Amino acid sequence: MLLIEIIPNKCDYCGCCVGVCPDDAIELKEAEIKIIEEKCTNCAKCVWSCPIEVLKFNKDKAKEGKDVKKQL
Amino acid sequence: MLKSSYDVIVVGGGPAGLTAARYASQKGASVLVLEKDRDIGYPVRCGEAVSVAGVKEFLEPNEKFIAAHITKFSMNAPNGSEVILPLEEEGLVLERRIFDYELAKIAGNCGTQILTRAYVNGLLFDNNKVTGVTFEHEGINKQVNSKIVVGADGVESRVGRWAGLNTFTDFRDMESCVQVTVGNLDIDQNACYFYLGSMFAPNGYLWIFPKGNRSANIGLGISGLIGKKKSANKYLEDFLQKYYPNASIMTKIAGGVPCATTYKNISAPGLVLVGDAAHQVNPLSGGGIISGMIGGKIAGNIISEALENNNLDHVLSYDKAWNDRLGKRHEIFDRIKNGIYNFDDDKFNDIAKAFNKVKLNERTLGNLFKVALFNKPSLLIDIAKVFFNR
Repeated sequence: MLLIEIIPNKCDYCGCCVGVCPDDAIELKEAEIKIIEEKCTNCAKCVWSCPIEVLKFNKDKAKEGKDVKKQL
Repeated sequence: MLKSSYDVIVVGGGPAGLTAARYASQKGASVLVLEKDRDIGYPVRCGEAVSVAGVKEFLEPNEKFIAAHITKFSMNAPNGSEVILPLEEEGLVLERRIFDYELAKIAGNCGTQILTRAYVNGLLFDNNKVTGVTFEHEGINKQVNSKIVVGADGVESRVGRWAGLNTFTDFRDMESCVQVTVGNLDIDQNACYFYLGSMFAPNGYLWIFPKGNRSANIGLGISGLIGKKKSANKYLEDFLQKYYPNASIMTKIAGGVPCATTYKNISAPGLVLVGDAAHQVNPLSGGGIISGMIGGKIAGNIISEALENNNLDHVLSYDKAWNDRLGKRHEIFDRIKNGIYNFDDDKFNDIAKAFNKVKLNERTLGNLFKVALFNKPSLLIDIAKVFFNR
């Protein structure tokens, strides 16, 4: 489950997140960014490195995910 | 017209890639530069300061790409004390938009082709050797073959890891940067200003580099470790609010600078990495224009020789050539950086106070380090190496 979110229309396409991504999970074009869900491990290094707070870690979704796992 | 194969494909049209293209094509090799953005030299994600000597290795300094001439540094400690450091050798603040275009013209005059809006999304291989790239252009996926690929794809480089090189940036080494270009600013247009300390830019520094006509680049970089708690953007907003509330912001840009030693391997069969993509930034200053161009020159020359002698394995000698020219020095700079990272605000204040007792005409960067040494003697050995092993 992808827990990293990109706030729409906020990105400056600088590439910090791509540089620190250990999983090669971010595609960055001239003015287009996306996280490849199958590759992302939700490590959040991209969130910490973003100079302008474009990326965020969705804590609620992470918690929900844990709850679902518990029920199973 | 685009051909189906080239001797050399360069991924990325920044200073390092364009310089690699220039030197690779100087003896007639066919070179194609693929640039993902729509233009060379834009957007500018850079503080733009360089040394005159650094530029002169590649082209004659020309006023059309010089925004300001720098004759001194102003180092500012957390408690507000300022240290003026006259420079022995002139510095420049560039107009990167124009500068990069000049580099493109020089490469073009050697025969290099440049294709913009070309997004490289993979490598071609033959027996573990890189033999070209796949890329998207005008909505169509294309591929082009080459004898050598040059990865000059910057801080967001992926070319190296596609080829199996261990090339991603530890988030603690990534300096997350924000910069505004402002007008209506009364500063000395011949000085570069640096602000050190936890309130300005912990594990990094804040800079003000003049851009002529009362304008300047004001920016800062912080480690990802700091960004975890407070973003670079918030640090910059706080600074502007407190120190320059009347500055007119003209443009704002984000960026990343990998401040670490060069990757252990920057070449592989059919591939070399240059510039930020190879971690050729000076890890202490964060400056990467000239060092990236030096990497590009070394790589371009080696590629040219390899093609001329029909010995492609010759490109594997690039790692050593880079280490001998700058790589080893960067290892020392990196250790100094790590020492300075651990300075607290009091230490910066003490250094400023001690250095201000040095007579103006005796102030050199070397003397500044000597003063810093009283506060951190273990740095002595590393700094001695920097100054005596030129």
